[in-house]
Amino acid sequence: MSQPDLIIHDEKDNVGVVVIEKTKKGQECSAWIMENDKSIKVSSTNEVPLGHKIALKDLKEGDTILKYGHDIGKVVKSIKKGDHVHVHNVKTKKW
Amino acid sequence: MEIPKSFLGYKRENGRAGTRNHVIILPVDDISNACAEAVANNIKGTIALPHSYGRLQFGADLELHFRTMIGTGKNPNVAAVIVIGIEPKWTKKIVDEIAKTGKPVEGFHIERTGDIGTIMKASKKAQEFSQWASEKQREECPLSDLWISVKCGESDTTSGLASNPTVGNLMEKLEPFGVHLCFGETSELTGAETVCAARGATQEAKEKFMKTWNSYNDFILKEATDDLSESQPTAGNIAGGLTTIEEKAFGNFQKIGNLKFIDVLEPAEEPKKGKGLYFMDTSSAAAECVTLQAAGGFNIHLFPTGQGNIIGNPIEPVVKLTANPLTAKLMKEHVDCDVSKILSREMNLSQAGDELIKTMLKVANGRLTCAEALGHKEFVMTKLYRSA
Repeated sequence: MSQPDLIIHDEKDNVGVVVIEKTKKGQECSAWIMENDKSIKVSSTNEVPLGHKIALKDLKEGDTILKYGHDIGKVVKSIKKGDHVHVHNVKTKKW
Repeated sequence: MEIPKSFLGYKRENGRAGTRNHVIILPVDDISNACAEAVANNIKGTIALPHSYGRLQFGADLELHFRTMIGTGKNPNVAAVIVIGIEPKWTKKIVDEIAKTGKPVEGFHIERTGDIGTIMKASKKAQEFSQWASEKQREECPLSDLWISVKCGESDTTSGLASNPTVGNLMEKLEPFGVHLCFGETSELTGAETVCAARGATQEAKEKFMKTWNSYNDFILKEATDDLSESQPTAGNIAGGLTTIEEKAFGNFQKIGNLKFIDVLEPAEEPKKGKGLYFMDTSSAAAECVTLQAAGGFNIHLFPTGQGNIIGNPIEPVVKLTANPLTAKLMKEHVDCDVSKILSREMNLSQAGDELIKTMLKVANGRLTCAEALGHKEFVMTKLYRSA
């Protein structure tokens, strides 16, 4: 049970959360999926701080971000696997 | 871990038990704050609860004001109450309701006497109450005497990953002991509202929740000039990695574990359906929410934070936990329970839940919380609309 770099809530999720102080550009991150206790690898394309999200796959405008296995918003600017996912490329579907 | 079956609390006249033994000086309205604070300054062992409202309110807003005042006085963490208002009628209304618990309560009004005369009369009574309350001893009380409220703040993604699920784990473990539980934050369930509604234990609870949430959402749509993206998520939330209100809501929702809620309460309403989990319609502003839950009768509060909220309450001890290792390090004086080892997988959720139970019981038995030691006494009334 080694320390993960990312934690993913649900198998269906397309983002993971950084749980180390920050990822380095190009760092191969080990991601632990809480739901099924599996681990996957994803390469971080830039520095991403603790608590922020990294895309687990390529996503295009209009796609839905899934976290906790649920819809948490829509992509407004295309995202590559390993990119930082935040307010610059994702928006709420509410309001 | 074997969960202790009891804690040491103060038994009250109406059968409830307190985790604290406060004598409060409760101003009915804003203009009585000075008088209440003077009394609390005169008499050691008392605290004044100043606030900003109580004049020319009407309708549901006035009802909420009374419910909050009365509920605060009735809370079992309060041994005795001095009520001070400008006018006799509203003062008496609050005194009469608090008196139904059987605890000592006395009201004073300032009109036709002035501050100084009122301070003298109220101080004499406050001294009597303070010395009487100081004789009270903690006694063994069953765990079911704990009424536990929860609310998270300055959340970040570590809240949804670890500190909120820790609270959920505690709820799952303590529910069988017959405790009362309460979560709120109507606004911060936006995005998870249908998933939350499905957790209603009955059709009635489900419908009541959706009605409450819809009424809040209609209000937002009517009053908002743009949208809520300036306030929800907050700048602190965004710095912590939370992107949307939906993400915040699903994180928030982890606090109730796998439990179902049995009823939906009005703000500051006392639960009437016995043990179990309740949803209370509250703002998501920390001090407003905890003030309403304390007025609903809850006697200990659990507060998970990500980026480091520092809130306390004058009568309900607020136990803070965080899973954010930076917050645990940089704001150590605010953190009662550090569960950041969940993120490095050095601690699992069940172990974290056990740690939180231990910390909460220490506080229930009398250990000061960080917020109490630091003097946090945020007492904030919820106002529904402008006064007449």
